[in-house]
Amino acid sequence: MADPENAKEATTLRYAFGNVLSFFILLLIGVLAFWIRLFSVIKYESVIHEFDPYFNYRVTQFLTKNGIYDFWNWFDDRTWYPLGRVIGGTVYPGLTLTAGTIWWILNSLNIPLSVETVCVFTAPIFSAFASWATYLLTKEVKGAGAGLTAAALLAMVPSYISRSVAGSYDNEAVAIFALIFTFYLYIKTLNTGSLFYATLNALAYFYMVCSWGGYTFIINLIPMHVLLCIVTGRYSSRLYIAYAPLVVLGTLLAALVPVVGFNAVMTSEHFASFLVFIIIHVVAFVYYIKGILSPKMFKVAVTLVVSVGLVVCCAVMAILIALVASSPTKGWSGRSLSLLDPTYASKYIPIIASVSEHQPPTWPSYFMDINVLAFLVPAGIIACFLPLSDASSFVVLYIVTSVYFSGVMVRLMLVLAPAACVMSGIALSESFSVFTRSIKFQLHGLSGSSQVDSGDASSSTVVAQNDAGKAEKTEDTAKERPSKKSKKKEKGIVDKPSLKAKIERRLLVLPFEASIFAILLLVLLGAFYVVHCVWAAAEAYSAPSIVLTSYSHDGGLHVFDDFREAYAWLSHNTEVDDKVASWWDYGYQTTAMANRTVIVDNNTWNNTHIATVGTAMSSPEKAAWEIFNSLDVKYVLVVFGGLVGYPSDDINKFLWMVRIGGGVFPHIKEPDYLRDGQYRIDSQATPTMLNCLMYKLSYYRFVETDGRGFDRVRQTEIGKKNFKLTHFEEVFTTHHWMVRIYKLKPPRNRIRGKTKKPRSKTSSTTRTKRSAATKRNPWH
Amino acid sequence: MEALLGARLTLALSIFAFLSLLTTSFSQQIQILNAERRIDLTSHIVKVFLTLKVENTGTAPANEVLLAFPPTQVDHLAVVKAKAATGRRKKRTYITLDVKPTELPDAPNGAKYFIISLLNPLNSGETATLEVLYMLTHSLEPFPAEISQSEPQLVYYHDSAIILSPYLIKQQTTFIKTPTSKVESFTRVEPTNRVSTELKYGPYEDRTPYSFSPIIVHFENNNPFAVVEELVREVEISHWGNLQITEHYKLVHAGARHKGVFSRVEYQSRPSHSGISSFKHLLARLPPRVHSVYYRDEIGNISSSHLRTDYRKSELEIEPRYPLFGGWKATFVIGYGLPLQDFLFESSDGKRYLNFSFGCPLAETVVDKLTIKVVLPEGSKDPSIVVPFPVEQHLETKYSYLDVVGRTVLVLEKKNVVPEHNSPFQVYYTFNQMFVLAEPLMLVSAFFFFFVACVAYLHIDLSIHKPSQHFAKF
Repeated sequence: MADPENAKEATTLRYAFGNVLSFFILLLIGVLAFWIRLFSVIKYESVIHEFDPYFNYRVTQFLTKNGIYDFWNWFDDRTWYPLGRVIGGTVYPGLTLTAGTIWWILNSLNIPLSVETVCVFTAPIFSAFASWATYLLTKEVKGAGAGLTAAALLAMVPSYISRSVAGSYDNEAVAIFALIFTFYLYIKTLNTGSLFYATLNALAYFYMVCSWGGYTFIINLIPMHVLLCIVTGRYSSRLYIAYAPLVVLGTLLAALVPVVGFNAVMTSEHFASFLVFIIIHVVAFVYYIKGILSPKMFKVAVTLVVSVGLVVCCAVMAILIALVASSPTKGWSGRSLSLLDPTYASKYIPIIASVSEHQPPTWPSYFMDINVLAFLVPAGIIACFLPLSDASSFVVLYIVTSVYFSGVMVRLMLVLAPAACVMSGIALSESFSVFTRSIKFQLHGLSGSSQVDSGDASSSTVVAQNDAGKAEKTEDTAKERPSKKSKKKEKGIVDKPSLKAKIERRLLVLPFEASIFAILLLVLLGAFYVVHCVWAAAEAYSAPSIVLTSYSHDGGLHVFDDFREAYAWLSHNTEVDDKVASWWDYGYQTTAMANRTVIVDNNTWNNTHIATVGTAMSSPEKAAWEIFNSLDVKYVLVVFGGLVGYPSDDINKFLWMVRIGGGVFPHIKEPDYLRDGQYRIDSQATPTMLNCLMYKLSYYRFVETDGRGFDRVRQTEIGKKNFKLTHFEEVFTTHHWMVRIYKLKPPRNRIRGKTKKPRSKTSSTTRTKRSAATKRNPWH
Repeated sequence: MEALLGARLTLALSIFAFLSLLTTSFSQQIQILNAERRIDLTSHIVKVFLTLKVENTGTAPANEVLLAFPPTQVDHLAVVKAKAATGRRKKRTYITLDVKPTELPDAPNGAKYFIISLLNPLNSGETATLEVLYMLTHSLEPFPAEISQSEPQLVYYHDSAIILSPYLIKQQTTFIKTPTSKVESFTRVEPTNRVSTELKYGPYEDRTPYSFSPIIVHFENNNPFAVVEELVREVEISHWGNLQITEHYKLVHAGARHKGVFSRVEYQSRPSHSGISSFKHLLARLPPRVHSVYYRDEIGNISSSHLRTDYRKSELEIEPRYPLFGGWKATFVIGYGLPLQDFLFESSDGKRYLNFSFGCPLAETVVDKLTIKVVLPEGSKDPSIVVPFPVEQHLETKYSYLDVVGRTVLVLEKKNVVPEHNSPFQVYYTFNQMFVLAEPLMLVSAFFFFFVACVAYLHIDLSIHKPSQHFAKF
């Protein structure tokens, strides 16, 4: 009797150590997730990145300054002039409220961190949370070992890093945590059948709805899983508890978010959940009836219920279809439609198609973003089928759907990343346990000569007994933990030995050398992954994109800080109410950094307005002046990379302006800007192209820099070199010419222009330098 | 322009006539034997060096000498300093004298006075030599007021050829130094003479009190007219050994306003002709042993700055984000840390005092409004301040990292500050060294209670339904 007692103590001690160890591992994973995202701060500076984060930052500033009620009612008149934008009702408030709360807590503790600092570090903090959530989710699916591996993988998966480096203050940073945590709570509820977790699940879903439009993924994936469970005959009351409260509470809570509102019950994205909600009730009812009736009576009842149910279903379906068919887009938003039909956006909505992150990904981007996980995922899927539980079937469903979505849009790679991490975590941990077990077995085989099989078998059974006994014991004595947790633990433990036994039985044949070698290979694979992730975090995804750096050949660092130069100039040297027109990419930055009113911004809610700006940019000078003047525009800002070779400038985006403009104003025709279907700006370019405003504003006096006007992005000499502007004047150009700001000349200049018509004509119609020279000569 | 000049001249001449009628009687016991004035117009801060040889012709000993300024100058007057010269030739030493603004009841035409208190009363018949330095800001008026990128900046300087004084001046000369020899025009008050960059007015003999003869000098001045409209310097004392300085600047180019086009291609290809009145470099002189220097504005770090340090001084060369043309503005923040032991001392009565420089560290800049906030550590008491010139001051409370009662902040405000004000000032306060430990102890106890709470939570069974009974059944 003494031996088992000792063994019991030993195992409890081992478990205690295991818990402490996994706690510290988790802590380190969190630290890793946080630190790996600080490359941007160390290499560059603590600054908000890119475009959308600037908007979020500006909203957070407003929130911290004016309070929550003003935030909900905020009508922003500094953007979409003259329409304005109701920020409070059109923004997902989760991120803003989160950062605002963090700032508020810190400030009430008299820790005077600026709003900017809080915003910069929100994403890394939530990445740590996300990796912990991944641990919880994977632990629910396949145990703690897989959980830790998955958490470590997620902490540094490049796809997620790309959206959550310090300074990347975007919705996704918070939303991925919310997504994983919602899934965890769903699985937890599914495993425990606890209403407590079901309620938490609804709250987590609410947070997700607050944070990101991607919440529709959750509200479609979970119903799909529920349906899958029902169809495969895995219906249980736990499933009902996991699902029904989520739909009811979740939908009610989602409707509280102003940007969602009645969309939570009226758009097609949510209908799947309601349909499944009905189905699960029918099924639950059937199971209930089955429970209280005798089999004969049940058959009668089934026919009754099925006929009635069919009628009801048909009626509901009819109503739904009628509702859906009555709306032009069939109740789907453009972005969701382009998910279901990948060619939809490029056919109908150029504005969605014009965003690079809405393009389908290429194969290298998979390798870049999830790296070796792509190879581990299939193994993980296989591991999930041995044995298939409710939880593992959910994960399989998750990975399958997210692979599809990531194939449609690059940016949904972000949704795939956690699934891939979970899968790879499972695969790695399962294979490690297989290999280590066979090594252990082989070692035992070497030491104990004859009693190998029996000894090992007995030891394993002892372990199994101990586990069971321990489980019981903990139930008996443990007071520190709520019962449900330990119940779950017991179940996991009971599951495990059987699994272990199975694997052992099957894999006894694995030779010692092979398993050592395989472990080495796996470690190598992991090392490769780590190296790649660190490289991606340090080199690929840390650039804030408002500051560019390059290394000169002597090793010196050259900084291109032109964007901020231009925005600072605008904010200090123009009137507060001046309107600045630019392509919509720069709208958020202009309002946030320069504090000037813009015509369009990155929230592309009004296609016509954007098309107006696109039309102005692709029109000749006079027409453009008229359009801009009618919009009260005082300054026009263009981004030009031709001097230093910055490729994502306005000339390269110009065709989208033409397309979007042409979509609304048919007199702008794309073929007019293309020579034989080719987009070019050299001497072969079409006259429409060479006379449009964007060309002129980009290349005004550009020829004077090197004498021939060589564009380093397009690698050609520009087509039209010497020309003058009649309706615009250059008021500011940054140090590297990356941002050029022009001012609209006041209307009276038009009259003066008319009197000087012959001269202005020569200048505006100059074909080459020579012809201008010959025309100018007579006065000499 | 001629008409304008004429109008100004007639106006000034009428003032002059009016002034000369109002010769007051009280100061007639002093007369000035010789006055030499050197006006330096090379930067946008006008520096005037005045050497006065004063004689007491009255019977009673004189304690004070008055300086008079026209009201237009008084508003721009940043500094007035006076020194008495003693000794002859090489052994000449200077003693700083007290200068105070004063009001006289019968001041003619709004003239304002400064009173120099002499160290030793000037007895009847004795003479003394006084060296006066005063500086004028915003006294160069750009004309034309708006220039384009390719034009140089021309400015007016208004003054009087004859020194405004309540005393009779036997002989006087004024020298005006311009930055270049490009002088468009200047008023002639014979004898007037110009030699390259120097204009000489005088010598004039026996001018009656309150003589005034307005002159205008119109000349080219392309020096940076860097004006800090508002500067807030925050000096935070931490007894852990650091002095943190944060300076918020609102910089403006106060010269002729830039008009029309700014062409980068011209600015870059012809730097000697294009935008010569603009500036893009500023030099900040920081104390030695400076560390953790940053230079940023509200949208992030400004990458164009260089720091040179040696053991005597540190020089921070900063570039605003864009070159500043006339009328253009820029805001930025400079912050740096300094070792505390270089600036904090203990006085003989047990008080601590901070000895720190008052003015703006930027070279050759005028600060329209300077606010210095000295943040004393939490728990310090009885703050008092010693400043060599009058400032406005009040107290504030600031809450910083984990403060409970808040830190006392001494706020000093001064308008119209020039580099001459970079003299040290002292802040005295008492502080108990134990307060340094307050915040770490607070943190330690907070974490301690947190862990205790965790341990307590883990040992409390909050479940209503006892699971053990349930399981006992099977």
